[in-house]
Order: sequence, then C-alpha cells, then structure tokens
Amino acid sequence: MTPRPRAALLDAPPHVITVGAGLLDEALRAQAVRTTTVDWRPPLPGTAEALATVLADPRRQAANERAVGRLLSARPHLAGVRRASEVLPAGTFLHAGPPITWERASGPMRGALVGAMLLEGLAGDEREAGDRLAAGAVELAPCHEHAAVGPMAGVVSPSMWLFEVNDAEHGGTAYCSLNEGLGKVLRYGAYGPQVLERLRWMDEVLGPALAAALERTGPIDLRALMAQALQMGDELHNRNRAATSLLLRVLAPALVETASEHAASVLRFIDGNDHFFLNAGMAAAKVSADAARDEPGSSLVVAMARNGTDFGVQVSGLGGRWFTGPAGVPDGLYLGSYGPADANPDIGDSTITETSGLGGFAMAAAPAIVRFVGGEVGDAVRATRSMYEITLAEHPAYQIPGLGFRGTPVGIDVALVARTGLLPVVNTGIAGRVAGTGQVGAGLVKPPVEAFTSALLTLAQSVSDQF
Amino acid sequence: MSDTPAAVVVRRGAYHDSVALMRVSRALSDLPGVEAAMVAMATELNVTILRELGFTVPEAGPGDLLVAVRAHDPGAAVEEAERRLATAHRPQAAAQEQPPLTTRSAAAAVDAGLVLVSTPGEYAFLEAYDAVEAGLPVMIFSDGVPVERERQLKELAETRDVLVMGPDCGTAVIAGAGLGFANVLTPGPAGVVAASGTGAQQVTCLLDRAGVGVSHVLGVGGRDLSAEVGGLSTMRALRMLDDDPATELIVLVSKPPAPEVARAVRELPLRTPVVPAMLREGGPDLTEAAEQALRLLGRSVPEWPSWPAWHRARPSAERITGVYSGGTLATEAALITGSRDIVDYGDDAYTRGRAHPMIDPTLRVEALAGAAETDVVLMDVVLGHGADPDPAASLAHAVARTPATVVVALIGTDGDPQDLHRQAAAFREAGAAVFTSNAQAARHARSLL
Repeated sequence: MTPRPRAALLDAPPHVITVGAGLLDEALRAQAVRTTTVDWRPPLPGTAEALATVLADPRRQAANERAVGRLLSARPHLAGVRRASEVLPAGTFLHAGPPITWERASGPMRGALVGAMLLEGLAGDEREAGDRLAAGAVELAPCHEHAAVGPMAGVVSPSMWLFEVNDAEHGGTAYCSLNEGLGKVLRYGAYGPQVLERLRWMDEVLGPALAAALERTGPIDLRALMAQALQMGDELHNRNRAATSLLLRVLAPALVETASEHAASVLRFIDGNDHFFLNAGMAAAKVSADAARDEPGSSLVVAMARNGTDFGVQVSGLGGRWFTGPAGVPDGLYLGSYGPADANPDIGDSTITETSGLGGFAMAAAPAIVRFVGGEVGDAVRATRSMYEITLAEHPAYQIPGLGFRGTPVGIDVALVARTGLLPVVNTGIAGRVAGTGQVGAGLVKPPVEAFTSALLTLAQSVSDQF
Repeated sequence: MSDTPAAVVVRRGAYHDSVALMRVSRALSDLPGVEAAMVAMATELNVTILRELGFTVPEAGPGDLLVAVRAHDPGAAVEEAERRLATAHRPQAAAQEQPPLTTRSAAAAVDAGLVLVSTPGEYAFLEAYDAVEAGLPVMIFSDGVPVERERQLKELAETRDVLVMGPDCGTAVIAGAGLGFANVLTPGPAGVVAASGTGAQQVTCLLDRAGVGVSHVLGVGGRDLSAEVGGLSTMRALRMLDDDPATELIVLVSKPPAPEVARAVRELPLRTPVVPAMLREGGPDLTEAAEQALRLLGRSVPEWPSWPAWHRARPSAERITGVYSGGTLATEAALITGSRDIVDYGDDAYTRGRAHPMIDPTLRVEALAGAAETDVVLMDVVLGHGADPDPAASLAHAVARTPATVVVALIGTDGDPQDLHRQAAAFREAGAAVFTSNAQAARHARSLL
C-alpha cells in the first residue's frame, strides 16, 4: 500500500496564498484567514502555451537545479594573464555580444575594430582599416564563443593580454581583456594615438608584469574577493572600487618583487582606474555561467551580451544558440555636455555580471552608485528585490549586508521573465554613437523582451520535439 | 566655441562621489539658459573632457571639485550647483517590500498551507504547477484548464503527496476556512469530497440545518472521476478524510463516475463510512443523500424549511424552465422535473469574459424578464462567502416583475453573511415559493403543471 498522504492540511485553517480574483482573497480575510496575495498579471503576450509546456517538462526542475547549482558552486580563481595570441584562432578578432558583421556594426564597435587593426599593424590608417574590415580581412567572432568576455566593444586582438580565470570546482576556464581605464579607450570605440599608445604599454609592460606577479601570488580566489567587495559597496559592474583595491593589495608586493622596474607605473595605473577589477570579475562570472551550460530542459539564462546592435541571450537547455532583439539605448547620466542623442545602443559582454547575480542584480549592495538611475537608495533595494522574482536561487557567497546578508538573486529563468514581464536590471556604461568618441555616460538599460520570449518559445519547441 | 559666458570654480578638497556629481551636472544642464555644465572631481580624465568642451581649467587635483558652466548667468548656475550639492545627501525612506509576482515566489517567501488559484483559466495551470512543485496543496477555482494539463498536475501531485482541488473547484472548507463560494458551516463530524461545488453546498447546508456540522469540504473538480483523470484527487481526498480524527462520515458528491474509476474508489480501504451523492436517473437526489448521512450518524431527519408563495400559482402553467447558477443543482432540477429548459448560467459558455452568476446577476435578471406567463421558473440562490452579498437586491426585483411563476431553491445557512431569513422573506414578498432543498423546489415546480 502506498503511504497515506499527510493530513497536515486539515489540522488548522491554512495560511492561503491567493492568486487571481481579489474577491476570493477578500472573502478569506473576512473570515480572518491569513492570506498572502500574489501581485499577479498575465504573462507576456503569446507565451502562455509555451510556458505551460516548459513548466510541465519533467526534466525542467531537476535540470534547473543542476544548472543553477553549478553556477552557484563555481569557484573562480584568477590564475594568470595570457597574450590573446595564445588563445585566439589565427586571423580572428573577438568582439562583444552575439555575432555581428562589419556592415551591421555600430560606431563604437567599428571604432574598436579599427583600433585593433591599427594596433596589430594590419592597416596604416583608419580608412585602410575600415576597408580591410569591410573586405573581411579578419574573421570576427563573439568572445562568448571562445570562452571569453569583453566589456563594451569587447574587441580582442592577438597582442592584447587576457585575464585567465579557472573554476576550481568544475574545471572551466574563461578569459577577459585587461581594463584600459575610463574615457577615450578602445572598448568605447576610441582609437586615437593616446588609445593605441596605452594599449602598447599594456602589451609591453602591464601584461608581462601582471604575468610575473600572478605567478608569484598563485591563483587568487575571486569568489572570496568578490564576496568581500559586495560587502564594501561594489555591485561589480558599474562600481568596482572596492574589488580593485582588494586586488591591488594582493598584487602590490608581488609586483614589487617581480617587476620592480615597472612596479610603480603598474600600481599607479591600477590605482588610477576604479574599474580595473571589472574584467577579472567578468571572467569570473563567465566561468561560473559557463559551468551551467548545456543542461537539457533547463530554462536558465547562461549569457546576456550586446554587440551595440543586438542584445542576445543564451539558455542552458538550448546550447550555443543566440536569441536576440534590438539593443536599447541606456537611460542614464551623461559626461559633460553629452546627451542621449550621442549615445550608442547598449554594448558589451559585461551583462555577464547580471547573468551571474551581480551588477544590476546586486544594486542594493552599492548605494553609492544608485543615482546612476536618477534614483534613490530605495530604488536600488527595489531593483534587487524585484530580481528575486525572475531568478532561481540566491547566491550563497555573494551577499548583501543591507538586506540582512541575503544572497544576491542569481540564475535568470526565461520562464519567470515571461510570466512576470520583469526584465533583468542591467547597469552599463554608455558609448558614444560615433566611432572614436569613447565613453559618454553610464546608466541602466532595458533588455529587449523578444530575446527572452523567443528563447522560451524555442525551449517549448524543444520539449515538444523531445516527446 | 560659443560666445556664451563660461565659469569654472574650484572647491578644494570638496569630495562628492561621481554619481552624485553626474546627477547635479545633468540637472544643471537641463536648466534654462544653461548651455553646458559639468560638476566633477578634477581627475585627469575630467580635466581633459572639460578642456575639450572649451573650458579653461585652473590648476586642480583629483581631490578638488570643479564646477564648470557655460550659461547666460554663470554665477547663478554655479550657485544652483552648490545648492544641489548641499542637498545631495538626504535620508532615504525604507524601501518597500517586493510583492510576490508568482505563486513560486510567494511559496518561497511565506510558510503557507494552501494556494487558491483564480486567474483566467489559460494561466491557472502555471500558478497551480508552482504550488504543487513547492509541495503545497492547491485549489483551482478557475475553469477552462485543458484535461491533459489537469492530469499532469494531479500526477505531479501524487509525487509531491499533495491534494489538487479542481480545476473548476467552486467551493472548499478546510478546518473552518471557506474557500471560493463557501457557506458558513458549524464544525462537526461530516466530511465531504465533492466533484461538484453547488452539490456540496446543498448537502452541507442541509446537514448544517439538521444540526450536523462539517469537518472539511474537499473539492476535486468536475472531471476528477472521469477516465482521463482517473479520480486521483478523489482518492487522495477520501484517504485524507479517513485519516482525519474529526471526520466520522464522508459524503462523496459527484456526477456518476467512469466505471473503472468508480471501481478504484470503491476498492479504497477506508475505515470511515462513505455516503455517495451521485445524481443519476432514478437515483437518490442530493437531499436524500444528506438524509442518508443523517441517519448513518444516528440523527433524525428534520423538515427542510420552505416558505410557500404569497400568491397562488397561475393555473395556466405549461412548462418548467430553469435559471440556475449551480451546475449540479441544475442537473438535479432537470432529473426531477424532466424539463429540457434548465439552463446553467455558471457554465463556461456563459462565464467567458463575465463574472460567475453567483456574483453577477445580469443574465439571470434578463432571463426572468424574458419568461412567459405560462412558465414556472425554477432558480437557485446560493449564499455564502464569495457570492453576491445581497442577491435579493437584484433578483427579487426581477422575480416581482416577471409574469412567470417562480420557485426558488435557497442554498445557505443561518451563519451566512447574506442573512438567509431576510433573503427568503425578500423572494417570498416578490411572489416566489422558497425552498432550502433544491429537490423539493423541483418537485414543487413539477406539481404546479
């Protein structure tokens, strides 16, 4: 005989979760029955049937638990730096976001590609670089498809150095370029002489110095460092001041010991750039999210990335397929007299931070930057709290002191996005729309809803194909 | 560069974070008469930007604040910047809690014991699935859930060891809490498992009237005993009541089940006696089932209250029509009267885009207005939580105006918020005969022909 169901339901009037007609909730309250009311709204148009299919897929719950479990248990360590030429396929430049052609590339993406051509000596000037890129002289491939991520334009060419981050738990590796600083920089599409000069210095001095220093320090536990930085007011996308400082503390003695000739200039460079850590953090986020890939039936988002034209997402249960929509223009604050008219649509792989529960999802940890949104501390707390509605888990290590050390919301579920209509909160920098301009501001951006709904519909289709 | 006057002011050692400063910059830029404004720490980058914008920047370091404006009145703009910087730090009100947007998140946030789903039917499956997945019993008030989804839900519920009530479950009572359309019942020994909401309401209201209270009413949904669903919820509900110390007898209210399901239900090893209340041709009606339960409990069967019409029925009555809100009550009326004109206005066909007739009387008021002088109109009026707070207010008026003869089955208890006796009096004054037993109301209607 099967075990009898527990009769706990019948022991006392239950606390009732009500979802739907307010009248029935009121009727319960009139009887002094405790209720919790779901603030329900219909799912995004055209998704109801796909949602039912995905929800009822018997693989889904366990698949999501496994996938998000790996995302949560990843232990990213900064293992070293490597020249991109060791990692890149020959004749290839990497770029941020889903695949893009030169023809469809936006101003800052083109600017960064031109800069990379000049840096690599593949063109003598801007015009020649553009012509050669238009002629397909260089293969363009998304960073994400080569275990890498890149902020803003995310262009990686052979003579750039990359952070190498290993996942001590699952064995993955991810790469991200070194951060150049703010203002006129390649990743924002600038390619003037000072940009190239800085990149050459990074190639000749910074990269080798970091390589030697990291060999001396041994792998640096980024999970622990990022957990600490969140408790020091970073959200690790638009604010990396604490994390950069923490990293600098570890690197400084090793730099002095291994690169004494350049130690001062390297330390000064890192100190002068609050975002130096961002790229290491992005590689950590990438290696963690990659651990969650390829779980059949899982509706977990494993990548969100923009190339300045399209915003793309990838889902664990759907392999390497990209689901895209037009990249939006961020709403934010502008440098100097720049304004929204100067802004390029959203660009960069840095949304890997939101994908792994940082950045906009951890806004409540970073009250110092909430006014990027033109908002208040309360808005930051609301932003983080709202993200628990579309995520599968709370991070065991990345915690928010102001929320009682609650773990950050991690693991975006495309089904929950479609059900709630809530889109991921994304913090971002804003690039100028004209190639060569550089950064013009920073703020918040809304991802396009169709990237998520088309992923959901495809997932539902894959369920139907399964049976 | 512009001819508009510019000013750059240095505030030594005045630190503000970059976001506060960008915010002030933006506010200043939006002011009338201001062409460009930048308030920033004098970092190398910011100084470069200011120079590119055409400002002459005095000697300053990263710890110094720069206020740069190009405006018709730069002095006023600088003052405005200072004012805004001074108020940049004000205390924040505590952030509001995020309300749960899905059953999933509500179930994770609170220690609930049950979920009540009443969204439009096409979305009800999602919320109910969340509930079962979270290990919570669920009552699905919504109708219009496809039967294969119902089966999926109930199969999942078997693995999670929880009860799924519904879909299309109109009523339930759990340890005294009435869910959906629910009468106020005295606690007592009778448990009910119901594939029919109004059927359960009729039985429990009669038991209550006879002084026998109710332990729980567990709805299972109208299709549970079909071959497709296989009675999964009915069997679970029966076992739960069998294990419940407060329940001494179970009434099973349902349409006639699929034969193989009926067999499976019969073969359940239960210690508690089960009285079936299943409407079928020639079988006992709901009132008789309630009476059988009373006898099994050793109670006497009372006279079921009824109030004759103030006026005699017209001698010309030719046919019986039914204007019902409860499906099972309508079925019972059709079985007893043999009339084919009994309409259930609670059916899906009438409730799309419209509230249930227990809440919205419009369709039934229209039907009464359209009845003929030679009609006997049978109708139910169902009281309790969730139902129309004063059905007589609209329906009794319609009864008074219809040329037809009206017989009302008033389903309720003395505890119901609508005041059963006041409702009975109102319908009686309007000219209707009023019965607390639907079966007796139907027999009375038949006697008028």
